[in-house]
Amino acid sequence: MLKYILKRLGVAFMVALTVSVITFSLIYVSGDPAVALAGEAASNDEIEHIRKSYGYDRPIPVQYMDWLGRALQGDLGRSHYLKEDISDVILTRLPNTLILAGCAIAFALILSIPLGVAAAIRPNSLIDRFALTLAVVGQALPSFWFALIMMFFLGIQLRWLPISRVETWQGFIMPSIALGYYVTPGVMRLTRAGMLEVLQSDYIRTAKAKGLRPMVVLFKHALRNAIIPVVSLAAVQFGFMLGGSIVIESIFAINGLGFLAWETIQRGDLPMMQAIVLVLSLFYIVITFLADMLNAFLDPRIRVT
Amino acid sequence: MARPETQSITPSGAAPSAADKILEPSPGSQMRRRIFGHYGIMIGGTVLAAIFLIAIFAPLLTPFDPILDQDLAQKLKPPFWHDSPKYDPAHPLGTDLQGRDYLTRLVHGARISLLIGFSAMLISGVIGTALGVAAGYFGGRVDMVVNFIITTRLSMPVVLVALAVVSLIGSSLWIVIWVLGLLIWDRFAVVMRSTTMQVRNLDYVAAAQACGCSTLRIIMTEIMPNVVNHLIVVATLEMAHAILLEAALSFLGLGVQPPAPSWGLMISEAKGMMFFDPWLIGVPGAALFALILAINLLGDGVRDVTAPENRN
Repeated sequence: MLKYILKRLGVAFMVALTVSVITFSLIYVSGDPAVALAGEAASNDEIEHIRKSYGYDRPIPVQYMDWLGRALQGDLGRSHYLKEDISDVILTRLPNTLILAGCAIAFALILSIPLGVAAAIRPNSLIDRFALTLAVVGQALPSFWFALIMMFFLGIQLRWLPISRVETWQGFIMPSIALGYYVTPGVMRLTRAGMLEVLQSDYIRTAKAKGLRPMVVLFKHALRNAIIPVVSLAAVQFGFMLGGSIVIESIFAINGLGFLAWETIQRGDLPMMQAIVLVLSLFYIVITFLADMLNAFLDPRIRVT
Repeated sequence: MARPETQSITPSGAAPSAADKILEPSPGSQMRRRIFGHYGIMIGGTVLAAIFLIAIFAPLLTPFDPILDQDLAQKLKPPFWHDSPKYDPAHPLGTDLQGRDYLTRLVHGARISLLIGFSAMLISGVIGTALGVAAGYFGGRVDMVVNFIITTRLSMPVVLVALAVVSLIGSSLWIVIWVLGLLIWDRFAVVMRSTTMQVRNLDYVAAAQACGCSTLRIIMTEIMPNVVNHLIVVATLEMAHAILLEAALSFLGLGVQPPAPSWGLMISEAKGMMFFDPWLIGVPGAALFALILAINLLGDGVRDVTAPENRN
C-alpha cells in the first residue's frame, strides 16, 4: 500500500510541475505580457514600467523559478487590476465555488445512483427506459441554455427561486442543478453497467442462496462493489465542475472562482489568470489523487498491481 | 451470431445444403438490417442529415442575409406561434434586436456549429489517435509518457484555458477551432489506448509481426480496422463536445465574434431580452439541443450496432 501511495504521489507531483510550467507559459501565448497588460493605448514608457515592476525583463526560466517559489509559499503575486494580493482574492471567492460544485455533485449522485441501480435491477423495464431517455436528453442539453430556461420558468414566470447574486441557500439551487445534471448520464450509465455485471456474479448468487434479504444483497453486497468506478468518475467530474463553473457562475452572478476567472479574462489581468488556472489544476490533481487512494482502500486489487 | 439467423431460415433438423448457404444473409446485409432497425441511428441520422443539408443550402433557404440585412424598424418581430398583430409572414421566426431575420441567422448558424464541430473533432482525433495507438501498441515507456500527457491535459480546466488563450491571441472562427482541437483530444487518446491494447495481443497481430510486416503497416492494416468502430463513437461524442464548447465560449463572449450568427452568440445576445422575448433564447438553444441530440443518438447507435456484446 505504501509503495502504491508513493508512486501515485510521485506522478501527481510531476503532473503538478508540468501544469505549472504550462500555466506559466500561458501568458507568453500572446507574445509580450507587458504589452498585453498595459493595454492598447499605453505609451512605451508605461510598457517599460510594467515590464520592470512585474519582472518581465528577466530571463524566462528565472521568472518561472521565482513565480513557482513564491506560489509554493502561498504568494501568487498581486492583481494588476484589483491591486490586491491574488491569494486573498482567490481565498475569499473559493468557498462559493466549492459549495456550488459540492451541491452540484451531490445533486448528480443522489439522482443518478438510485436510477442506475433501479435500471439495473430490471433491465429493459419502464424505469430503465426512462433512465436511458433522461441520460440521452441530459447529455444533449447545453448547460448555459438549460440554466437560462430554468431561470425563465422558475425564476421569472413562477418566481419560486431567486435568479442571481443571492448568497442564500435558495440561490444555489438552480446553479447546482444546471452544473450537476450534465454529470448524471455518465454516473447513471456506469452504475447501471456495474450493477448489471455484479448482480450476475457468483457471490451475489451465494448471498441470495444464504437467504439474505434482497435489500441487503443489493446494497451491502452488490452496490458496494459496483460503486468503485463511480468514485473515480465522481472525483474527476467534481474537478471538471470547479473549472466548468465559469459558465454557470457568470450566468447566475455567483461570486466564486469561476466568475472571478471570467472577469479576470475580460480585464486581461494576466497574473490573476495564471493563478486561477494553477489553483484549479492543483485542485483537480489533489482530488483525483484522493479518489485513487479511496479506490485503493475500497478495492485491494488496485493497490497490489 | 450468424448461426441462429441461419437456423431460423433452415427447417430444423434438415442437413445443410448448398441452397442454405445462399439463403444465409451476408455479413453486410446483417449489418444493414441492424443499422436500419436501430431507432437511434435512424432518428439521429435523419436529423443530422437534415441539419447538414440546411447548412449547405442556407443561402438558398431564405431571401435575407444573416448579417447585412439589418433593419431597426423591423426589430423584435414575434415568431409565428405568438399570434400577435406585429407578426410579419416574411419573418416566420421573427427578428432579433437589430431587425435581422431570425430564421436566416438560425440556418446560417448551423454552418458555424457543424464546421467547428467537425474540424475540431478532426484535429483532436488525429492527435488523440496517434497518442493512444502509440501508447497501446508499444506499451512500456511510451505508454507511461502518453499516460502522463493525458493526465496533465485532464488536470487543466478546458473552458478556462480555452477562454484565456482566445482572449490573449484574439478570436476568430479558426482560432476557436484550433484551440478546441488542441484541447479535447483526451478521450480519443484514452479510448484508442485501451482498445489498441486489447487488439495488440491477438493472434493476427503476432502473425503479421512474424511475417515481417513493418510497424506502420501493422498499425494501419491490422490495428486500425479493428478499432475504427470505437474511433467513430468517440468522434461523434467529441464533435458534440466541440459544438457545445464553442457555444459556451461564444455565449461568454470569447468564441466566435459578432455579428456572426453562432447559436451560442445568439443566445448570449438575447439574454438581456429574456424577460419579454424568451423565444429569442429558446430558438437557437433548441437548435443546439437537436443537433447535439442527433449526433449523440448516432454515436450511441454506432456503438450498439458494432459492439458484438451489445447485440440482443
